[in-house]
Amino acid sequence: MRLSTKYMGLELKNPLVPSASPLTEKLDKIKVLEDNGASAVVLFSLFEEQIEQADSNLEHFMDYGTDSYAESLSFFPKAHEFMSGPEDYIENVAKIKAGVDIPIIASLNGATPGGWMEYAKKLEAAGADGLELNIHYLPVDFNETSADVEKRYTDIVSWVKDNVNIPVSVKIGPRFSSLPAVAKALEGVGADALVMFNRFYHPDIDLENLETKRQIQLSQARDIRLPMRWISILRGNVHMSFAASGGVHSAHDVLKLTMAGADVTMLTSALMTQGPELIKKIEEDLIVWMDENEYKSLEQMKGSMSLIHSPSPKTLVRDNYMRTLLDFQANNKF
Amino acid sequence: MTRKMVTIDGNEAAAYIAHKTNEICAIYPITPSSNMGEHADAFSAQGRKNIWGTVPTVEEMQSEGGAAGAVHGALQTGALTTTFTASQGLLLMIPNMYKIAGELTSTVFHVSARSLAAQALSIFGDHSDVMSTRSTGWGMLAANSVQEVMDSALIAQATTLQARVPFIHFFDGFRTSHEVMKIEQLSDDDIKAMIDDEWVIAHRSRGMNPNSPVLRGTAQNPDVYFQGRETVNPYYEAAPEIVQKTMDRFAKIVGRQYHLFDYVGAEDADRVIIIMGSGAETVEETVNHMIAQGEKVGMLKVRLFRPFSIKHFISALPASVKQIAVLDRTKEPGGAGEPMYQDVVTAFSEAALEDYYQFEGTPRIIGGRYGLSSKEFTPAMIKAIYDELLKDKPKNHFTIGINDDVSHTSLDYDPEYRTDKGDVFRGLFYGLGADGTVGANKNSIKIIGEGTENYAQGHFVYDSKKSGSTTTSHLRFGKGKIQSTYLIEKANFIACHQYELLEQFDILDKAEDGATFLLNSHLSKDEIWGDLSRKYQKQIVDKKLKFYVIDAVTVAKETGMGMRINTIMQTCFFAISGILSKEESIAKIKGAIKKTYGNKGEAIVEKNFHAVDQSVANLFQVDVPSTLNGSDATRLIVPEAAPEFVQKVTAEIIAGRGDDIPVSGMPIDGTWPTATTQWEKRNIALEVPVWEPDVCIQCNKCALVCPHAAIRPKVADADAFKDSPETLKHIGAKGKGWEGDDPQYILQVAVEDCTGCNVCVEVCPARDKSNLSRKAINMAPQRPLRDAERVNWDFFTELPEIDRAAVKHETVKGAQLLQPLFEFSGACVGCGETPYVKLTSQLFGDRMVIANATGCSSIYGGNLPTTPWATNKAGRGPTWNNSLFEDNAEFGLGYRLTIDKHKEHAAEMMGLLKDDIGAELVDAITNASQSNEPEIFEQRARVKQMTDIVEKLDTPLAKQLLSVADNLVKKSVWIMGGDGWAYDIGYGGLDHVLASGKNVNVLVLDTEVYSNTGGQKSKATPMGAVAKFAAGGKPSGKKDLGMMAMSYKNVYVASVAMGSNDAQTVRAFMEAEAYEGPSLIIAYSQCIAHGIDMAKGMDQQKLAVDSAYWTLYRYNPMLAAEGKNPLKLDSKPPKKHVREYALNETRFTILSRIDPELSEHYMEASDKAAKEKYEYYAKLAAISYDED
Repeated sequence: MRLSTKYMGLELKNPLVPSASPLTEKLDKIKVLEDNGASAVVLFSLFEEQIEQADSNLEHFMDYGTDSYAESLSFFPKAHEFMSGPEDYIENVAKIKAGVDIPIIASLNGATPGGWMEYAKKLEAAGADGLELNIHYLPVDFNETSADVEKRYTDIVSWVKDNVNIPVSVKIGPRFSSLPAVAKALEGVGADALVMFNRFYHPDIDLENLETKRQIQLSQARDIRLPMRWISILRGNVHMSFAASGGVHSAHDVLKLTMAGADVTMLTSALMTQGPELIKKIEEDLIVWMDENEYKSLEQMKGSMSLIHSPSPKTLVRDNYMRTLLDFQANNKF
Repeated sequence: MTRKMVTIDGNEAAAYIAHKTNEICAIYPITPSSNMGEHADAFSAQGRKNIWGTVPTVEEMQSEGGAAGAVHGALQTGALTTTFTASQGLLLMIPNMYKIAGELTSTVFHVSARSLAAQALSIFGDHSDVMSTRSTGWGMLAANSVQEVMDSALIAQATTLQARVPFIHFFDGFRTSHEVMKIEQLSDDDIKAMIDDEWVIAHRSRGMNPNSPVLRGTAQNPDVYFQGRETVNPYYEAAPEIVQKTMDRFAKIVGRQYHLFDYVGAEDADRVIIIMGSGAETVEETVNHMIAQGEKVGMLKVRLFRPFSIKHFISALPASVKQIAVLDRTKEPGGAGEPMYQDVVTAFSEAALEDYYQFEGTPRIIGGRYGLSSKEFTPAMIKAIYDELLKDKPKNHFTIGINDDVSHTSLDYDPEYRTDKGDVFRGLFYGLGADGTVGANKNSIKIIGEGTENYAQGHFVYDSKKSGSTTTSHLRFGKGKIQSTYLIEKANFIACHQYELLEQFDILDKAEDGATFLLNSHLSKDEIWGDLSRKYQKQIVDKKLKFYVIDAVTVAKETGMGMRINTIMQTCFFAISGILSKEESIAKIKGAIKKTYGNKGEAIVEKNFHAVDQSVANLFQVDVPSTLNGSDATRLIVPEAAPEFVQKVTAEIIAGRGDDIPVSGMPIDGTWPTATTQWEKRNIALEVPVWEPDVCIQCNKCALVCPHAAIRPKVADADAFKDSPETLKHIGAKGKGWEGDDPQYILQVAVEDCTGCNVCVEVCPARDKSNLSRKAINMAPQRPLRDAERVNWDFFTELPEIDRAAVKHETVKGAQLLQPLFEFSGACVGCGETPYVKLTSQLFGDRMVIANATGCSSIYGGNLPTTPWATNKAGRGPTWNNSLFEDNAEFGLGYRLTIDKHKEHAAEMMGLLKDDIGAELVDAITNASQSNEPEIFEQRARVKQMTDIVEKLDTPLAKQLLSVADNLVKKSVWIMGGDGWAYDIGYGGLDHVLASGKNVNVLVLDTEVYSNTGGQKSKATPMGAVAKFAAGGKPSGKKDLGMMAMSYKNVYVASVAMGSNDAQTVRAFMEAEAYEGPSLIIAYSQCIAHGIDMAKGMDQQKLAVDSAYWTLYRYNPMLAAEGKNPLKLDSKPPKKHVREYALNETRFTILSRIDPELSEHYMEASDKAAKEKYEYYAKLAAISYDED
């Protein structure tokens, strides 16, 4: 029980939660994660685009060319009722729920208020213990102001909160003019937790084919500093749960993030590269470190290094920037 | 008992009963019967059981011959077995049908009767096929309407089990088979009540079983065969009465009473028409109309045509009859008359001596032909036949419905004669295949048919093109039963779903006074009048039409429906047609949407609901002014420059007036001119490619991949561009020996022929270095370009063709500078086959003789009105014929035999005329090498020189020589077809032809599915792909046709995919032609049946090869002769998983939606098989043939 934590109302046996990824798509893989000690899982995301277009693609291609020429009035058999993408997802959620004991957090990924949000209700009905709203938005409209962008977030969260009874977390990106204000606004519309942060996959340019290309970039351990900093700033000032996401690779990372104020630490890249056994290892390492350093529980250290508790708060704000640069110059005399 | 009312077509009605009453269906697709097999397969896939509680097995065979064999075997081992077929398919079953009847075996074949290929193929309906089987000893039961199809299917099944005579149950193809009607569906209880289990058990007990062994299929000799043949007579004598009893039993259970011959009309009729099939419905409608007007007419519907019961027949007619017209929907050239006419004459002649004969003397009997290939058969024509019967000497062996100005068989009729009832809704809807008009109408019929008391009928007419095709929907609704089995002649509702169609047809010529006209237009209700031509304005005013407009395209866009205007137009139809109240109809449309999309998510349902609401809000009635201010201009159907035949015949067909062409206008033996697509400017592309000379690298890849030969390069002297049109673009040619401004290169788009598929833009490798979104060709709206580009295209075609000797044919760039002699076909937008077909025409077109298997390529290659096979300036070009589906390889081999024989004979005769011709020339001709084009051209010149001399001789031998001399010049025999032909139905023949060692080239356009008949699986279908008859994904892998051919060692084999390696493709074609033995090219061809974005077809080809899903190789026996390994593997080692290829294709992704685990299993297994195949080929290619 020394590692137990409470995340948006869910009692978890430890803070190690695999986040939405291909590892959390199917029951058999989730079972392995559970067996290795995961305290909850965030399921593979259901995307707004999938919901809006799910069947328009299949339908388009199955319909294409039909009823045009007398000999070939259709091209595919009519034998089956096809499961649409979203329905398939919902069914899978129910299957996963029935197959594991740990809480499952469904994940909806979208950016435009619309019909896809209806799926929050279906996910709840399918048995999800919580819902993560992954609002992944890249503004490219030059007339959209930062206030407009923030309103998108609050509109979506507010609608979903009004329509479901399970806890709702919001996964956001780090780039806002004022992240604390955004966090406050989300708290205001009822968000139960903030997940920090979303990873934006920035496309590359393929010089050979002169095309932009997509590429997954897995996180690295140093990436935890971004969520660590922001969680520590927000902790205690906004009253939601916090999940740190991006860069968690070891027990040390978990300890640091917990001290910054995270209730859970989410894992993906490390699990992808090192396998699900990593959870077990982190859990063991946490205990060892806590024993060595005489911590009774994780709860004891939670938020102990947040901005309001930090022994050196200046390093968390602007002062840090200046000193870092000065140190760098001092050490690099050509 | 109330039964479920359903709105279905005849094929579904037949399949419904067949599936309920059989254990096995062995089938093979053929239009218009394919849907029956597909329905049966779908029923089984859904787990539907027959009345004995088991799910019938549906097995697709390799041909109808194979299906008949499987049926025969299944019957002989005691299973209740059926099949569905038509036309040529039925002909292929005839040998087995004799056996099945000879063995007194119970079965019913369901046939959607269709024309036979004679002077031409036709997919449409008549009785030529079923009439060809009337000597097989099968019972023949005709159904005249969709309801009757369901009823007769059951009556036939119940009868055959009792009578032991097998039955053909038939109905008219593309009328009854495809007509959607509201009918009463028979319940399982009905069906069970009609079929006694003891009959079924008796049938099974006759099956072969080693526990009680018997032997059938003996060979009998002159001593006993005859007697054996006569043993069956009692069964045939008993059969008619069994049918009648079964019909009576049916009447007791269901309430509809049928007879072997059903008479309808006046009790004291003096004139009677005898007819069978859907036409009987229209005759009945006409008879009722005429009787109401006081005429003494009647009609006899023949239901049981075989065994023909003379007694029942004679007894069914009123004694008052004086004049009889027997109508046959078939033609037997040279016969004493058509089949039913002959039977009727025989019946009267025999019955006259019997005591049941109720007539005084013999009525006058005439025979007539009608309705061949779904030719319209209308009340007006029927009235003309009754009127003819009033004459003292009515015309015998007449035709009706055509103008026979050659043999003068045809009867005149008054096209204005009608029997329409005022209370019947008659709606005509003009749309495009692509806009979903037909689908929406089918949906409307369901809504009205199943949701209201109204009877409903829908019939759909499609044009002969696979791209940009237009559709016309004929919908009738009414309180009474609908018997009009003909197209709507006067409509009280007309909808035009595409504004452009106003120009193409006279949309309003069938509008009756006071009709409602709904037009989809980008113009508002205030702007529309000014844009209409005078022709339309006048009709709207004169006929007092209620005129509505909607901008469906904008509504669709704004409501997120994209290009789908069908829901919007359907809503408008309901809103103004008055069939239902506006509120009720909207509620019903929404109900239907919920049903269709309910399982696909709220978002889609909501989107559709929104579109419905917006449709109503944007539908406006036009205040019709009385002033006619529109333009009088009419568009020429074909340009004035078109040849006379095209003007007189082709143009009439294009204009939709083919029905008016008299017999004298038609070629007598099915011979048509080629090169006529160039005159049919279809203007179907919304966007077309526009060339940017400054960016272009002149690689000609765009021209290579263009399915319609609508983008073409030329290189010509700068001088030739003097006086070029203002907007014509051209630039200095790049290439070896070409520098500076002379010669000039031009890439011209035929914007009026382009289909806008975008494939050329997708493959274009050249980009503007400062703006990478700008390629050397980019799509732009067609309309603003049309006029200028038409002029440019005409100028382009007049530019001289390049000297064929000056370019390298074996390169893509060079080959594409050669004139294509296959252009502007009706193939699908983005077709994957036609680029290969076109390439052959560029390389060898002036000496090609083509045998084309039935299928897509025979349709886009040979479906009227226009033909894409073209000619060069010298008038030479491919000559083309389509024999059948199954015999194409043999057919092509026949060409080769002729050419070789005539060449040999010509050489022999030249030898005899050596003194006149000159020994040197004779030797030069005889010994000429013709291994490449320059040598062939030289030979052509030599032969010309020789024939010039021989022509002057004027001796019988000289004349003989001249008639075959042309064969001394090498000809290129090409045998083309799809995988259905090469892998399945024609495989035996193909195998034999390859083994013959003869010099033929076989091109297999491998779409891995039966494309033309709508996506049934073939043996080329890959593992895991969903196709018809493989609804759960095909479990077995694709047959390796290439490997099989290679096993002969002396066959050139190439596997190509131009989207992956175009240079290899061109080389393979060159090598295949150069090889003096049989050559086989298997060409990967993407198809809409794959469910892909056709613009990306070439990318899919690349992925196919990169994942080793498709292997590129060439096997050249010439190399073996040189001591080298004949196999050259042209694919690089695979670098992708098959999944990366497959998941772009709906045929694979569907399965992941049905059974994700199975789909995943297939993906892995396919990938493994692909890699193994690659390894295997790599090893074969690596074997050293070097003896050292």
